[in-house]
Amino acid sequence: MKSKLLIAAIIATSTLITLNAEARTLIQNKGSDTLVNVAQAWAEKYRDANPEVAVAVSGGGSGTGIAAMINGTVDIANASRKMKKKELKSAKKQGQNPVEHVVGYDALAVYLHSDNPAKSLTIAQLADIYGRKGKAKKWTDLGLNVPGCKGQKIIVVSRQNNSGTYVYFKKAVLGKKGKYRMGTLDMHGSKDVVDLVENTPCAIGYSGLAYATDHVKLACISSNGAACVSPSVATASDGSYPVARPLFMYTNGEPKGAIKGYLDWINSDIGQCIILNKGYAPIKKVSCK
Amino acid sequence: MLAPSNLSSGCDQAFDQRNLDWYIDKAVQVVVFMGGISAIIFIVGIFLFITKEGMGFLIDTLDLQEFFGSPYWEPSDEDAPEYGILALMAGTASVTGLAMLIAIPFSLGTAIYIAEFATGKTREWLKILVELLAAIPSVVWGFIGLTIMNPLIIELFDVPVGLTVLNAGIILGLMAAPIMTSIAEDALKAVPDRYREAAEAMGATRWQVVFKTVLPAAKNGLLGAILLGVGRGFGETMAVLMATGHAVNIPGSVFDSVRALTATIAAELGETAVGSDHYQVLFTIGIFLFLITFLINLTADLIVRGIRKS
Repeated sequence: MKSKLLIAAIIATSTLITLNAEARTLIQNKGSDTLVNVAQAWAEKYRDANPEVAVAVSGGGSGTGIAAMINGTVDIANASRKMKKKELKSAKKQGQNPVEHVVGYDALAVYLHSDNPAKSLTIAQLADIYGRKGKAKKWTDLGLNVPGCKGQKIIVVSRQNNSGTYVYFKKAVLGKKGKYRMGTLDMHGSKDVVDLVENTPCAIGYSGLAYATDHVKLACISSNGAACVSPSVATASDGSYPVARPLFMYTNGEPKGAIKGYLDWINSDIGQCIILNKGYAPIKKVSCK
Repeated sequence: MLAPSNLSSGCDQAFDQRNLDWYIDKAVQVVVFMGGISAIIFIVGIFLFITKEGMGFLIDTLDLQEFFGSPYWEPSDEDAPEYGILALMAGTASVTGLAMLIAIPFSLGTAIYIAEFATGKTREWLKILVELLAAIPSVVWGFIGLTIMNPLIIELFDVPVGLTVLNAGIILGLMAAPIMTSIAEDALKAVPDRYREAAEAMGATRWQVVFKTVLPAAKNGLLGAILLGVGRGFGETMAVLMATGHAVNIPGSVFDSVRALTATIAAELGETAVGSDHYQVLFTIGIFLFLITFLINLTADLIVRGIRKS
């Protein structure tokens, strides 16, 4: 009796699975940790509207997504940076033809512990903290005294070197030829950076604005002697915030069929309102409820 | 009526019959043989795979002087990638070194107690518990480092971060200790009882028996146990990844964050394009790690075998 039930259950499940596979088109979507929350929200809302298309989303960093695109294992790769020339070349070699789509903008916020008295930081000061040639090793070097920070040593929090955030921040703050200094704590996700800064008075870190919580402070950033600008969706969209970047989705060739439908939906008002709600700047003016 | 010669040849045929049993017998032989040499096949296969992926880069692009001499590790830089593993080696070495400082007294002490002093139930329980300790997955150890040790170190030593050499060293020491204990205990057990009896007959106390007779006799086995612990420390990945702070750094004290060779491979390999320079340099690190652990384990094994024979 039991075994009969088991067999029936197995048959039922396997038919269900095959039925599902027939009824649904599966889009594989992978990459940027910055984009992963939005990508998941998009996938969920899109499933409600179009039950015949399923989007499977996973994170891991822009490098992961782009590597998967080069290796031909994803349909859409999310990236918080442009593909490098080398990556494009190796994609062509593998017979892939990555096409770039901008899906939103992100302000890269500089996170500080809530006790940190710093109000604004200049790009030059950030370069002093993060750069290999930088001189700021202690908060006192910047004229600050951080309460609760033992020895005033700056704990520099960065990202693993495949992260698009890592690459973009390097370019924006340290310049094209710049290098990070040694001894940065390389976290494996945007959220890990914010978590560590939240619990460490001495720390400074960078991550997408969308990961901000009430327990951390966001530095106001000024560049070239201009007045400092706080990171926000508005300052990211109008380009006044100096460390804002476009967010990309890459497809293999011009999108067709289900993938095209999905990307068009992302660029529509509904899709762009979702990215706005998640704390990123949309690519166009949208009015959301 | 059959001639004797016919009879014998008929018998031979009966023995030589290739029926189902014969084939099963052969098949089992082959399976057992494959099982026996599988370890060799796998180790050679793994070595060939790592070499195939990493060797081309090692020969064509890599500057060995930079690889071993530079502390700068920036393999993903587009214009001027840097492939120095000096800081990563320093990280692995410092964590493993501290782990051994912690694990050696612990494991030798436990082994001496289990082998020479404990009796009956105490001994059985201790052995079971030590083996249980060895069975804890490394990610659990890493989690302990991240969530319990980190705030504890910050609190106790008044330092800004607790993800340091000290944290990873303690975790790794606790991880390596059970294996070292088991092997060290075996080595102590291998010392013949007549040594102990002779020492006691001479009027030696129990401590004198252990320190003057048993330990010197088991010296090689204990050294083997320590070396295997070092090998374990070098190869450990997950716990080290979580507890060191993952910072490319040459540590100046135990309160500095570092990054280990293994952790670098684990953190970066999944995100590199197959065949890229970054991918290949990670495999070159793999070759390097493989050679080191192979040498350490081989030495340990030879030492342990040496005492068994003599």
